[in-house]
Amino acid sequence: MQNKNTETPLLETRGLTKIFGSLRACDGIDLAIAPGEIHALLGENGAGKSTLVKMLFGVLDPSGGEILWKGKPVSIGSPGEARATGVGMVFQHFSLFEALTVAENIALALDGNVAIDRISEEARRLSLEYGLPLDPSAHVADLSVGERQRIEIVRSLLQNPELIILDEPTSVLTPQEADKLFETLAKLKAEGRSVLYISHRLEEVQRICDRATVLRHGRVTGACDPRQETPSSLARMMVGGEVAEISGAGLGEPGDMLVEIKKLSAPSRTPFAVALKDIDLAVRAGEVVAIAGVAGNGQSELFDVLSGEDKVADAEAILIRGKPVGRMGITERRLLGCGFVPEERHGHAAVSEMPLTANLVLSRHSSDRATFLSGGPLGLINTDAVAKACKRICEIMDVRKSGDDPAAGSLSGGNLQKFIVGRELDRKPMVLVVNQPTWGVDAGAASRIRQALIDLAKAGSAVVVISQDLDEVFEIASRIAVINEGQLSVAEPVSTMTRERIGLLMGGFHDGSGQAEVEAAHAH
Amino acid sequence: MDMTQAIILTIMTAATPLLLAAIGELVVERSGVLNLGVEGMMIMGAVAAFAIAQLTGSAGLGALGGLLAGILFSLLFGFLTLTLVANQVATGLALTILGLGLSGMIGEAFIGLPGLKLAAIEIPFLSDIPFFGRLLFAQDPIFYISIIAVIGVNWFLFRSRAGLRLRAIGDSHTSAHALGVNVVRTRYLAVMFGGACAGLAGAHLSIVYTPQWVENMTAGRGWIALALVVFASWRPGRALVGAYLFGAVSIGQLFAQSRGIGIPSQFLSALPYLATIAVLVIISLNRRMTLINTPASLGKPFVPER
Repeated sequence: MQNKNTETPLLETRGLTKIFGSLRACDGIDLAIAPGEIHALLGENGAGKSTLVKMLFGVLDPSGGEILWKGKPVSIGSPGEARATGVGMVFQHFSLFEALTVAENIALALDGNVAIDRISEEARRLSLEYGLPLDPSAHVADLSVGERQRIEIVRSLLQNPELIILDEPTSVLTPQEADKLFETLAKLKAEGRSVLYISHRLEEVQRICDRATVLRHGRVTGACDPRQETPSSLARMMVGGEVAEISGAGLGEPGDMLVEIKKLSAPSRTPFAVALKDIDLAVRAGEVVAIAGVAGNGQSELFDVLSGEDKVADAEAILIRGKPVGRMGITERRLLGCGFVPEERHGHAAVSEMPLTANLVLSRHSSDRATFLSGGPLGLINTDAVAKACKRICEIMDVRKSGDDPAAGSLSGGNLQKFIVGRELDRKPMVLVVNQPTWGVDAGAASRIRQALIDLAKAGSAVVVISQDLDEVFEIASRIAVINEGQLSVAEPVSTMTRERIGLLMGGFHDGSGQAEVEAAHAH
Repeated sequence: MDMTQAIILTIMTAATPLLLAAIGELVVERSGVLNLGVEGMMIMGAVAAFAIAQLTGSAGLGALGGLLAGILFSLLFGFLTLTLVANQVATGLALTILGLGLSGMIGEAFIGLPGLKLAAIEIPFLSDIPFFGRLLFAQDPIFYISIIAVIGVNWFLFRSRAGLRLRAIGDSHTSAHALGVNVVRTRYLAVMFGGACAGLAGAHLSIVYTPQWVENMTAGRGWIALALVVFASWRPGRALVGAYLFGAVSIGQLFAQSRGIGIPSQFLSALPYLATIAVLVIISLNRRMTLINTPASLGKPFVPER
């Protein structure tokens, strides 16, 4: 590393440009990654990070500029060519196969020399070696977002790349898991490999990255050594201004009891799901209660029974505004003044192929029937009212989109999430339940979403946020509970909670080591 | 040969073309392509096999001709849906209609001619096993191929790396593409395999089952094969069971008609489809079963993002 300045970069781009129609998603990007360095790529959603790395991985063809590998110009025409060159990639939107097992998903990325029968064992061994425990025989369809990401990471590491590109790898990992990943990255670095690390978590970037390139609106706006910078100076380069501080001030005394869960138990629906055990939780008006926990400990199951996607046997187990709702469906609960934001944006919270207006009607056709539908029993869609509401939501939440009413799938992750949260906030729900509100969302959008949740509580609603992001939990919650293997700890005021205590609760008072987790994974 | 043996033998002969066509389509659908042209490829196989057997005097060459005709016809489908990215459902239906018409035209000259029959192969010693020997080891070559195809496809899909890639493409072609799997080429190969199986299944009809050419002689067997794939929930072993079940139903229907048993034959011919609907309902009851059993990208056009 002494002759860093004279060394040929492992990968270099010169004036790399990608044009979609009239949009210059990447505009003359110059980037140089030295051998054995961890290079951060910073930028908001829509800044062009994903487009840039897709060109480096051969998924997209550049419109202009060149890519140099070890000083020689190369054309990377396909992901296969990228891998042959020595580039590996962990995608932000997972490229996993739901119908296949973990081992099969990993096998697809291995060289042909491992017998298919041995891959399970191999996958188990390698996943432990990299500190990312996995159950190789589980079907991906049954795994949580966090577990899916472990597969992605393990899989790309197994390809033995010289340059590995990680797109927001730690968004759903626990601090301990993230630490293990950083150890892995340090190991890779020590082996002389390079890492291109995309993140919006500035502390992480400062902690592990040697250099950083900052993108905004498709252009490079800064290149620096992140350790010489402060988080706010980095954020300024990213967003071109100060990021608004979240303000929890003004959350007054909690008011009426709005959500009451008493001794709620639900058996697991599939052999791989988590059973909920004796959950007690009370949320009052004006409160934000955050539920922290490691991926796959019953968060989605809890969300499903709260939203009514799964009904529970005992109607009295869940009371919303005093009414037993355990056996009610989603629509009936919405009619009581609830709003729900599920974890998966595509296919759950929104229909990707449909325009935003249609997605608005899909979730609120019943709860806002008077506004959006006309013609009495015919239920004709009042397109003007829908378009107006859609415009209002996009303005309030600052949803950046191309055209008036694009397909939900064409929005970047952060912008779609702002729309989905805005869609619920727009009707000022008395009770809002949100699962992973800012997963994969950039700093600017995340702070807007978090502020909106706090503002809703201030206005007198009860807000339940299920999140794996501890920073987020501490930023917005008035009380914090921790979910572990389907059991929920008592929600304690944020003032008495510490990270260490949450860490202990997350591990169910275990030591939280990888081995314990593997055993837990097998038990499911 | 006793009566039971004779009935079982008839059922096996009726089941072989269903099984072969279904196994081919199963591989196609596992790769995420829905080819509704099975009936069309089968009938082209049937007419080509009959014609070539007539012209060359060799039933073996006829079978080969049927197989090649199936491949050629499937390539037409592949070119339209994979290269030009046309709608798979519409293209498949068009392929069936085209096949029925074209085969009628080609076959005009052969109507009423006595056909050549593909000779059975008796496997020494094994065919002497009492009862089962005659059933399993004194059959026509296409029967053997159909059984080998089931075992081979099962091994290929669930044991080989190439089969894993094929299933991966069927589950998510975008993810497979991102991993560097050549989606279009794999699908071409799968579609061609489907064509070969359907063509050979058609050949079985015109040179084994009833060695003659009759217009529309596939009589909806291509559709039964398609239903069979769903019935089998995309698993080769279950396709084998289903094919013999559906074969038995079709023989039972003839039996019922000839004996004047009070079950309407229409009801019996509808049974395979009813059974398929029942299986679809059962699969759809459970979201997890749907996710794990159904090729998720089935019928979806693939255009790589560039």
